[in-house]
Amino acid sequence: MKIAGVGLLLAASLILADAAFAAPPDREQIERGRKVYDKWCFPCHGTGLGKPGTESLAARGQKPAVLAERTDLTSPMITQFVRHGVLFMPTFRKTEISDADLDAIAAYLTRNNKQ
Amino acid sequence: MKIPPGVSASDFAAAVKEFEDVVGKEWVFTSDEDVALYRDPYSPFLGEPDELVASAAVAPDGAEQVQAVVRIANKYKIPIYPVSTGKNLGYGGAAPVFSGSVVLDLKRMNRILEVNEESAYALVEPGVSYFDLYRYIQEKGLRLWVDVPDPGWGSPVGNALDRGGGYLMAQYRNHFDSHCGMEVVLANGEIIRTGMGAMPGAKTWQEYKTGFGPWVDGIFSQSNFGVVTKMGFWLMPEPEAYLSGTVYVPRHADLIPLVRILTHLENTRVTNGMPDLGSPLLYIPMIQEIDVWNEGGAPPPPDAELAELMAKSDAGFSPELEAYALRKGISYWSCKLSFYGPPKANEANWEFAKEKFLAIPGAKFVENENYKLPLTPEQREKVHKPQFGIPSLAMFSIGARTATNPNPTNGHMWFSPIIPRTGEAIFEANRVFNEAAKEFGIPALAFSLPSCYWERAFIFIFAFPVTRDVETNKKNRAAFKKLVQRAAEHGWGEYRTAPAYQDTIMSTYAYNNHSLLRFQETLKDAVDPNGILSAGRYGIWPKHLRKEPA
Repeated sequence: MKIAGVGLLLAASLILADAAFAAPPDREQIERGRKVYDKWCFPCHGTGLGKPGTESLAARGQKPAVLAERTDLTSPMITQFVRHGVLFMPTFRKTEISDADLDAIAAYLTRNNKQ
Repeated sequence: MKIPPGVSASDFAAAVKEFEDVVGKEWVFTSDEDVALYRDPYSPFLGEPDELVASAAVAPDGAEQVQAVVRIANKYKIPIYPVSTGKNLGYGGAAPVFSGSVVLDLKRMNRILEVNEESAYALVEPGVSYFDLYRYIQEKGLRLWVDVPDPGWGSPVGNALDRGGGYLMAQYRNHFDSHCGMEVVLANGEIIRTGMGAMPGAKTWQEYKTGFGPWVDGIFSQSNFGVVTKMGFWLMPEPEAYLSGTVYVPRHADLIPLVRILTHLENTRVTNGMPDLGSPLLYIPMIQEIDVWNEGGAPPPPDAELAELMAKSDAGFSPELEAYALRKGISYWSCKLSFYGPPKANEANWEFAKEKFLAIPGAKFVENENYKLPLTPEQREKVHKPQFGIPSLAMFSIGARTATNPNPTNGHMWFSPIIPRTGEAIFEANRVFNEAAKEFGIPALAFSLPSCYWERAFIFIFAFPVTRDVETNKKNRAAFKKLVQRAAEHGWGEYRTAPAYQDTIMSTYAYNNHSLLRFQETLKDAVDPNGILSAGRYGIWPKHLRKEPA
């Protein structure tokens, strides 16, 4: 239990740090992120039929289920899922999505978060 | 830093330094965090000491860099394991067969070198994905289709070398068969081109497969004799139209003539797309319906009477179950046929097919889709995309959390035996696998229908779930191996498998005291004497790691 508690605290502090100190990403970075997202994430997490990632989040009750419409994602959360996967979603290597591309995806997916 | 087995720390450090000199420090991965990205996320050994893992990864950016890396690996006897996109999930990811190998990650080699619209071929590097090639063709407005597997995020090179399949016209569905010409870096660092590519200045490398003399391309698939750095593929010119129609037959025994007539229609090219078998009575979707069913588009569940009859049936049959089907007018079997071609030809071929199927009393027909091509955006949205050469990830709905499945898995492994293309074989395989499942203590396999990717044989594809529970995974692995043996006892061999089972399956191809494997080992010793390339892949081990066949 203690370990789980520490993990949660750490995650919370990362999220807060991200929200509190990250400078707003610039337009160019968001546009780059959109392109990377469209290539790597949209086929599973996009809109329309046949998107198992969207379907899975919807079945869990997540609203909105399409990642690009969310306003509660953070950079550490996105990194966690891309680099560690979850359930049937695999990990993505740095030859697929580089650290710089991952930063760009985070800029795109957090573009509508309240500052 | 993990060290490959049999390699000294100093040699490994020297090799890593030389790898960095070739590809750049940024593209050699040795930290635990980076190397963990090369784990197979669908490994049936997840979290166990026996999980197959890499020691490092190196990502070259061209054939010359591959040559240099291979020479360094030879110098220090470092085991290396090439992957193209590393997304062969269910049949292995980017993790090596020989644990501790250095992954040779070819993802950066992602150049589409040529797409020729008139001659309908492409020449690509291994890091090119089906999505990449599809997008390239769309952006250029070329009237060409790529035969994509399901799901479609792997690479044409990797999928073909693992002998995957797709959905389009028969001559494109077998991805290895539809390749034309390879460039391969051998274990000694030398580069070769196969087929016409062996001739300097050849004009037909991607148009004539076999060149002159022995055709060696086959030994570079499901093997470890070289690193394929370029590969040509024949693409399908976009047809004028697509038509599909489904045949429904009422009785259990009708499956036998249904398959017989279907196979004749395919072998005479009356129907040229991938046929798709289903059972409305037994609630078995056709492949093209799986993701639709998983997304909530399934028909209403069986009523109480049918559910009870199904539960009491023997491998999907009882006289009472058949009587119920006839009384309610529910077809026992269905088969969807696909036709690509000019509209009038499609319609004539469908009419001819219907005439043939009328030999089965009570056969009924429904015409499903009849599209002029290219599809409209609205049509694109609702079709089963791979059947139109459009890559999709929809098939990942298998095992995923969906409206109808609240308990998602952590992946799956495929048990995929090849059986004869007859209705009798379908019945026999179901009986055998059902009895085996009971005997091995795994949940009884529901009656299943095979897939029709190949024209001359059926393939059964059973998904074994991968879980986070070590004991469940152990039990499933043991059952998987026993099923392989049971299938072999009946003359059915698997066509492809994940690293965890490659030795087991290779051991069933045992004719004349494993003479085929011994021939492959002779080749291995000759072309890769240090055994650096993909040790153990598809059961072929280098001399210093070789064990007696099981």
